[in-house]
Amino acid sequence: MSPSGFRSRASDLLNRDPGLVLAVFGGIYLAYILAGLVFGFSVRGHMNSIANLTFYVAVFGMLALALNLHWGYTGLFNIGVVGFMGIGVYVTAVLAKPPAAQGGAAQVGGFGLPLGIAAIGGVLVAAAVGLVVALPALRLRADYLAIVTIAFSEIIRFTFMSDTFQSFDVPGTVDIAVGGVTLFSYDPAAEMVGFGGGGGLILNYVDPLEAILRTLFLWDPYLGLVDAVSVVIPSNPKPVVDGFVYGLVLLGVVALYYWLLSRTGESPFGRVLKAIREDEDVANSLGKDTSRFKLKSFVLGCALMGFAGILWYAGRGSITPPSFRPNITFYVWIALIIGGAGSNTGSVLGGAVFAALLYEGPRYFKNLVQAAVDIPDGPGSFGQAMAPIGASLDPVPFLVYTLNSIGQLRLVIMGLVLIWLMHNRPEGMLGHRKETAASVDLSRPDRGGPDEDVAAADGGETR
Amino acid sequence: MGVSETYARGRRFFVEQPLALGVALVGLYMAWFLGEGLITGRILFSDIASWAWDGLMRGLIIGLAGIGLSMTYSILNFANFAHGDYITTGAFGGMAASYLLAGLGDADAGSLLLVGSGRSVYGGALGVGIVTSPLAVVAGMFIAGVATVALALLIDRFVYKPIRDESGITLLITSIGVAFALRYLIVFVFGSDVRGTTAAGQQPTASLLFVDGYVRINAHDVTLLVVSAALMLGVHLLLQRTKLGKAMRAMSDNEDLARITGIPTERVVKSTWIIGGGLTGVAGYMFVLWKGTIGFNDGWLLLLLIFAAVILGGIGSIYGAIAGGIVIGMTASLSIVWIPSEFGRAAAFAVMILILLFKPQGIFSGRSTA
Amino acid sequence: MSETTEQADRTAAEASNADERGRYPLQVRNLKKTFGGITAVDDVSFEVEEGTLTGLIGPNGAGKSTTFNLITGMNDPDAGAVRFNGEEITRLASHEIADRGLVRTFQIARELEEMTVLENMMLAPKNQRGEKLWRSVVPGLRDDVRRQEEELLERVWEVLDFFEIDHLAEEYAGNLSGGQRKLLEMARALLTDPDMLLLDEPFAGVNPSLERRLLEHIHELREDGYTFLIVEHDMDLIMNNCERVIVMHQGKILMEGTPAEVKASEDVIEAYLGGEV
Repeated sequence: MSPSGFRSRASDLLNRDPGLVLAVFGGIYLAYILAGLVFGFSVRGHMNSIANLTFYVAVFGMLALALNLHWGYTGLFNIGVVGFMGIGVYVTAVLAKPPAAQGGAAQVGGFGLPLGIAAIGGVLVAAAVGLVVALPALRLRADYLAIVTIAFSEIIRFTFMSDTFQSFDVPGTVDIAVGGVTLFSYDPAAEMVGFGGGGGLILNYVDPLEAILRTLFLWDPYLGLVDAVSVVIPSNPKPVVDGFVYGLVLLGVVALYYWLLSRTGESPFGRVLKAIREDEDVANSLGKDTSRFKLKSFVLGCALMGFAGILWYAGRGSITPPSFRPNITFYVWIALIIGGAGSNTGSVLGGAVFAALLYEGPRYFKNLVQAAVDIPDGPGSFGQAMAPIGASLDPVPFLVYTLNSIGQLRLVIMGLVLIWLMHNRPEGMLGHRKETAASVDLSRPDRGGPDEDVAAADGGETR
Repeated sequence: MGVSETYARGRRFFVEQPLALGVALVGLYMAWFLGEGLITGRILFSDIASWAWDGLMRGLIIGLAGIGLSMTYSILNFANFAHGDYITTGAFGGMAASYLLAGLGDADAGSLLLVGSGRSVYGGALGVGIVTSPLAVVAGMFIAGVATVALALLIDRFVYKPIRDESGITLLITSIGVAFALRYLIVFVFGSDVRGTTAAGQQPTASLLFVDGYVRINAHDVTLLVVSAALMLGVHLLLQRTKLGKAMRAMSDNEDLARITGIPTERVVKSTWIIGGGLTGVAGYMFVLWKGTIGFNDGWLLLLLIFAAVILGGIGSIYGAIAGGIVIGMTASLSIVWIPSEFGRAAAFAVMILILLFKPQGIFSGRSTA
Repeated sequence: MSETTEQADRTAAEASNADERGRYPLQVRNLKKTFGGITAVDDVSFEVEEGTLTGLIGPNGAGKSTTFNLITGMNDPDAGAVRFNGEEITRLASHEIADRGLVRTFQIARELEEMTVLENMMLAPKNQRGEKLWRSVVPGLRDDVRRQEEELLERVWEVLDFFEIDHLAEEYAGNLSGGQRKLLEMARALLTDPDMLLLDEPFAGVNPSLERRLLEHIHELREDGYTFLIVEHDMDLIMNNCERVIVMHQGKILMEGTPAEVKASEDVIEAYLGGEV
């Protein structure tokens, strides 16, 4: 094959979505693996960092996809993403946690439902709350909607943090009787439930991965896999494999989200959403009941955000209110803007690039440096870091301080990247690409392509 | 108009606006709850007065910072999400100056300039306070304003000016980037721990008898009251009496019109940042002086309340921002009469959301910047 | 008694006649709207006869566009009523009015910029099954959606051919020239299968050759039975093409009649030349 032929084949591949996604994902993973090899990571460290990367690539992919439905398709400026995530996972936790007696006296309990049922409950409540927010708020202009949604997500966080909702006693039995005849009697297992206040909730239910695999009857084969891995990682391989496989499961969910949202977008429904984004009056004047479409789009997006919240946090040992600060909402926004609002493929890519470069990248860089170089204990404050530079031009303490502060500095980097994007590339990686909103190919049905004969038509006056 | 007609109109209004009916019922219940509590002695008059005073103090800070946000919102036409971090900048900049002046000789200049990051110096030990070190406080206030103005102009020059003609949404998203970068740079330099700033115990406090108890007012409360009143009066005179003020009012009413009539818009934009930034910086300094602690999140946590105040007062209205600030501050403080204290801020947000739904032009609207 | 009230009385009398109703699909009675103390539309009554081209003219600020907005539900009138095909449509939402077959275009063409011409066109048809989210998503049901879309697509291409903008099909609407946008807008409105079209200054910013084409299309469509109400302030254009002309001035109906009658009216000449804004 000639070089030019190869090049055109390669660029052809990059122009198609699967090729582009594979190329970006491949690049990211290759960079992580190579960097790990160069800096001398152990196998365990390698697998852990890859699993971690996969986890964040997946959750940010899901969230960016859900936000793309709101902002990219419908033009709804929702900056309350984290509120819906929090509702999803908190409701799941309350439904799935074992009753208080099993959890210890100090902890609030839950209803002890199976995790799958609880997750469905969490998604439904996130959707329902989305509906309650949307009913009055969707007629507001974009910047007002933004302020309402972020204020709402803060109210949600205050509620989780509040002493008032820390715990409730559940009545012993619930009876519904009409005229002395008991129609319904239910004895809930729960005695005391709640959001746990500032201390949060300990998630003492079955591990989500185990729940998923058991449902799919894959648990025993999975344990076999763990045994097989112990050849490479002799001591306690299960947590490593767990993380790895959970990451893969999440990537599967991203694929599901993508499938669902592509079908949503490439349809008459998605076409109306796009029209609302462009000019709501026009959609209305063509007979589309735009408020209904906005409502449906908002509620579906909220449900998907709730589910992403569940997948993100339900596998943690505990959840606390500070995890649900607005920062996460802005992470999702940066991911979406990197990828390009309006494109589902772009959302997935944006999630991946954001997770790999901005969210995990700086921390990974720190781990790499620590694995390679023996770093002395750094100064505790900026002043102590600067003093040696002033006194003896010794930059080492400052560099160590910078490295140790990478957790904060990555947010500075995110902010600068966002500013740069808005200045230079507001449409993101794929924002201006056509993802035609129709379920069929729109080219001329009989001739299979647009008319080539343009000579006869005049174009009116130019713009 | 007959009674039956009034009744019919009222009924139609509430059928069409079920939310309005809900708001009216909640209002009635709240009035009854408060009245009954005061009569039975469950709620003390002096407690109400103390909470109202606290709310007024918060409201003045919110209003002072809100003027800047309201001006940029109407003249530059975007919601600046970095405004909260301008407040934090003013707080740290001003406190660094106060620490340096109050503590020079007692501690090394680096620790003082970093506002005691890493627990190296304590403001209480330095005697920072209006009575114990008046010069340091006045200088701090001044530096807070100047530093914030400088920062606001710098950011405008390199971040907002190149995209001045873009939509308000583009600018809003950009300002989120500015907020992130600024807030975590502050963490990088000043550290993330919340620390005390003043020798609060050494400031004189007056206990005023009010019906059934005492309301305590300290010297920093009075400082805040005097400074805010003076600055608000200053802005009023500036906008009413000077040519610049008239130009700014014209811009906020109609930017295109202002361009046609030949007002140098970039100059007005710069003035907006100078006035708004200065007030915001001073508000930030007064905030940490008044509450006695400082942390990198202070401004950001205040931001949504300021948005609430600005929207309540009508975007672009200076007096609206002040009045809105006081209403929001009072709401956050006094709401503990009816609901648990942890929902004070939530109550203020709820007021804002209701205003946006029912009267998005604000309750003090009419003339925008007058 | 003023001339307008007489007109209103006449309209009311006609409306009560069931035979007349069919001939006048659009009936506007005593419409009134004030904005902040300024009366934009003041007691406006008229009707449009089926299958005609009716022109609505008047100087700038006469209240023509506001009247359009009141008829199509973009604004609610303070008083008055609008009936379409015998049904009261006052205060209905604009999508409900469009759904009943009364469809408008805008003064400044409002194309959906970041959608292609084809997407713009495919948006318009009514009763699309795939506008239900679940039908578009659930496997199996989607085949039904696709089948309908394929049928619609043929119709869309026919209309694109009719308006001779088929060569622009894959273009983003935002890249079209001003005149092309007007064509797109009218083509799109036609795809909603309306009974009557309200065109707000369809010829503004359109070059003469395109204007001729647009007019030809409109006459062709009128012969097919469509009814048109056209706002325009180019007098000649209206006089040469419309059967009936309604003249508005300062929020009121100044007169109504055939182009010849309007041309002869002193009042109309004064309104246009009298130096009002």
